[in-house]
Amino acid sequence: MAKLNVNGRIMDIQVEADTPLLWVLREQLGLTGTKYGCGVAQCGSCTVHVDGAAVRACAMPVSAFNEGQKIVTIEGLSPDSSHPIQQAWLALEVPQCGFCQPGMIMAASALLAANPKPTEAQIREEMTNICRCGTYNRVLAGIQRAAGIGTSG
Amino acid sequence: MNAITHPSRRGLLATVSSALGAFTFGFHAPLVKSAAAQGSNAVPEINVWVVVRPDDTVVIRIARSEMGQGTLTGLAQLVAEELECDWSKVTTEYPTPGQNLARNRAWGNMSTGGSRGIRDSHDYVRKGGAAARIMLVQAAANGWGVAASECSAANSIITHGPSGRSTSFGKVAEAATRLTPPADIPLKDPKNWKLVGKSIPRLDTAQKLNGSQIYGMDLRLPGMLNAAIHACPVFGGKIGAIDSKAAEAMPGVKHVLRVSDNAVAVVADTWWRAKTALDAVKITWAEGANANASSAAFAEVMKAGLDAPEAAIGNRNGDARAALAGAAKRVEAVYGYPHQNHACMETMNATALWTPERCEVWTPTQNGEAALAATAEAAGLPPARCEVHKIHLGGGFGRRGAVHDWVRQAVAIAKQIPGTPIKMIWSREEDMLQGRFHPVTMCKLQGGLDAQGNLTGLHMRISGQSIVAGIFPQNIRDGRDPVAFQGLNASGGEADIGYSIPNLLIDHAMRNPHVPPGFWRGVNLNQNAIYLECFMDELAHAAGKDPLAFRRALMGNHPRHLAVLNAVAEKVSWGSPTAPVNGQAVFRGLAQTHGFGSYVAACAEVSVSDKGELKVHRIVAATDCGHAVNPQQIAMQVEGSFVYGLSAALHSECTVKNGRIEQENFDTYQVLRMDEMPKVETIILQSGGFWGGVGEPTIAVAAPAVLNAIFAATGKRVRHLPLKHADLRRA
Repeated sequence: MAKLNVNGRIMDIQVEADTPLLWVLREQLGLTGTKYGCGVAQCGSCTVHVDGAAVRACAMPVSAFNEGQKIVTIEGLSPDSSHPIQQAWLALEVPQCGFCQPGMIMAASALLAANPKPTEAQIREEMTNICRCGTYNRVLAGIQRAAGIGTSG
Repeated sequence: MNAITHPSRRGLLATVSSALGAFTFGFHAPLVKSAAAQGSNAVPEINVWVVVRPDDTVVIRIARSEMGQGTLTGLAQLVAEELECDWSKVTTEYPTPGQNLARNRAWGNMSTGGSRGIRDSHDYVRKGGAAARIMLVQAAANGWGVAASECSAANSIITHGPSGRSTSFGKVAEAATRLTPPADIPLKDPKNWKLVGKSIPRLDTAQKLNGSQIYGMDLRLPGMLNAAIHACPVFGGKIGAIDSKAAEAMPGVKHVLRVSDNAVAVVADTWWRAKTALDAVKITWAEGANANASSAAFAEVMKAGLDAPEAAIGNRNGDARAALAGAAKRVEAVYGYPHQNHACMETMNATALWTPERCEVWTPTQNGEAALAATAEAAGLPPARCEVHKIHLGGGFGRRGAVHDWVRQAVAIAKQIPGTPIKMIWSREEDMLQGRFHPVTMCKLQGGLDAQGNLTGLHMRISGQSIVAGIFPQNIRDGRDPVAFQGLNASGGEADIGYSIPNLLIDHAMRNPHVPPGFWRGVNLNQNAIYLECFMDELAHAAGKDPLAFRRALMGNHPRHLAVLNAVAEKVSWGSPTAPVNGQAVFRGLAQTHGFGSYVAACAEVSVSDKGELKVHRIVAATDCGHAVNPQQIAMQVEGSFVYGLSAALHSECTVKNGRIEQENFDTYQVLRMDEMPKVETIILQSGGFWGGVGEPTIAVAAPAVLNAIFAATGKRVRHLPLKHADLRRA
């Protein structure tokens, strides 16, 4: 039994304590926007915010969280896809298959929350999520657009 | 029909907010209705491609699968171009494979591979749009009692010229469905296109920004159970013994099952519980004849093939062996390309519901019809009593096309639990171990130069794995795999060599390991372009000539190959000095090829530090795909191709030890991440006149352009991928 604060709601969760947060989100709470990609915190498809910081939910047991921590998933990032990252993603048509994009968007929005004007080098270093379709250059440009800084061309 | 919903630009905010407003915690209602519940005749179907609703909504049917490559939008553009409809009212849906079967393949081939989506169906989908427009106009003319020739359509409005009367598609759609389809369906002259050739925003972006896009892995059906599966990691091995006592006692576990004779599945209320319990099943494998197979041992088999007397000939003119014997200078090199996994971000998965009467499957697939055939076979039911619902793919890259091994597994599990939908998801480890791998090959190249440094003869001996032999063995003729020579063919317009060489021999000694091959994005063009384009650089160097000038001298009869090469050379100002980046000198490398009907070239700009660290700074790429339906989407495919191609070049390798793949996740199977991603500049030659594919060809020039630039930087030839094994410190 765990209590979680997910997207602003307190939820009672009935699972084994070692269940990864990812699978609680997907299977107990029906929040399937957060994706399973590797299960070992390598790919970042499962990225969510915990108190504003990017966390890879596949490798964190639900027992590591309490209701005092604010968990935000892609479904709760904004009520209407109006977050600057989502708007930049729409304008630049970042997604291809889109499977990794919830994780990308959550990682990018956490990056900007911590560092509103990142350098290109900082973005490249911080954004370690994997995309196999190959959207990296548009992800980079999207973050720069959302930050209101010029692209590198 | 599985509706692929997307809001129009105008409706974006309202639609997204209502989706979130309706969001509830707990299990969702089923997201995909069964075909039987929907009835394909309930809507005004003008023809199989076009439905026009009374509210003027236009539904365009898409037979190919969208997996990120943008074919959904491109195909809709082609239909809408001829239909003359209001693009803002366009929505799309997939006809199901079962409907295609029931209607005598009215939608044609559903296979989505080989960069074929647009180039193989542009003609009939445009005719579908044009025929629907003709019928809608005729219906309006009939209503007015005037000649159709006096009426025209634009933007979903039909106007009678002489009287100025007008009506909309939606108002006449019902009448149009009762008309006889036209026999003569002229298509527009491309110079009159309004939608085709424009970078129209793709139709499927909004739902990929807020988590609402449903992938196969996200599917939920009432009463559904979840399955995790583990097959024998040694290909060809079987189950020996199972001890499932501990697993059966674990929370949520419903069944521990044998699947075929080579896999064990656990079915539980949630996937995580199924996976946890599966890890607790003690399985003893009967590994069989391949238990000791290894990549190292197979490399020896391929090496022997490099000099084997017998090989299947792919391209031959003149007498290459005699030319080599008489050459003033001979150059020889051996290259190699490893096994690789597609590593789609969404692992293989399918949901199956089996009863003695019927079987339905929901799955991300590149080929709905092949998925239906696999379903029927595994279900033991005729195809007419089966159905496949195509779900959006989290990557395909060829893994989800020709072979539907995961569908067979899901059906085999569901068949043991009749009436209960079973969603089977592969773990990443299972996905890595049970891939259908990029074929492993080696290539020995021998070139002869005359005293002036002209190429007089070339023998290219490929040795190694055949994809076709593994998947479609019936297509092997006299030991020859026709697809093995992609990019090296004498002619055909699909994948031809871009050089005229007086004496040429290209042959293939087929050597197949026990590792199952698959069509991996780019297929055989990938290694063939590396072998040929790197060796052309070696020959140019041996001849003391500039790599561009050396190539150009052989390309006079290949103007389209030459045009893309010239385009990148011009853009980078080939031959001009490069500016150092962060104090490091920058060097260039070139490559060009032809595949999937398109001509592509690239120039890579790299630097290599004193410690041997590679940095790829910029790649300029040119594509000539003839008609460029949506240039923005083509640019995205070109950019993505460099991620896929550079991942393969720099990092990715699957090795075999004790009969099984050693790399089980992204920690050991590494792929390109953003820190290594170069800037990509895309040139699209809108030459028109033909239709080439764009999803794959550019991958093939990524590695050779970088490898040739590395030689320019270091004097070192890297001939075996991935590059991570190479010491790039200057000699």
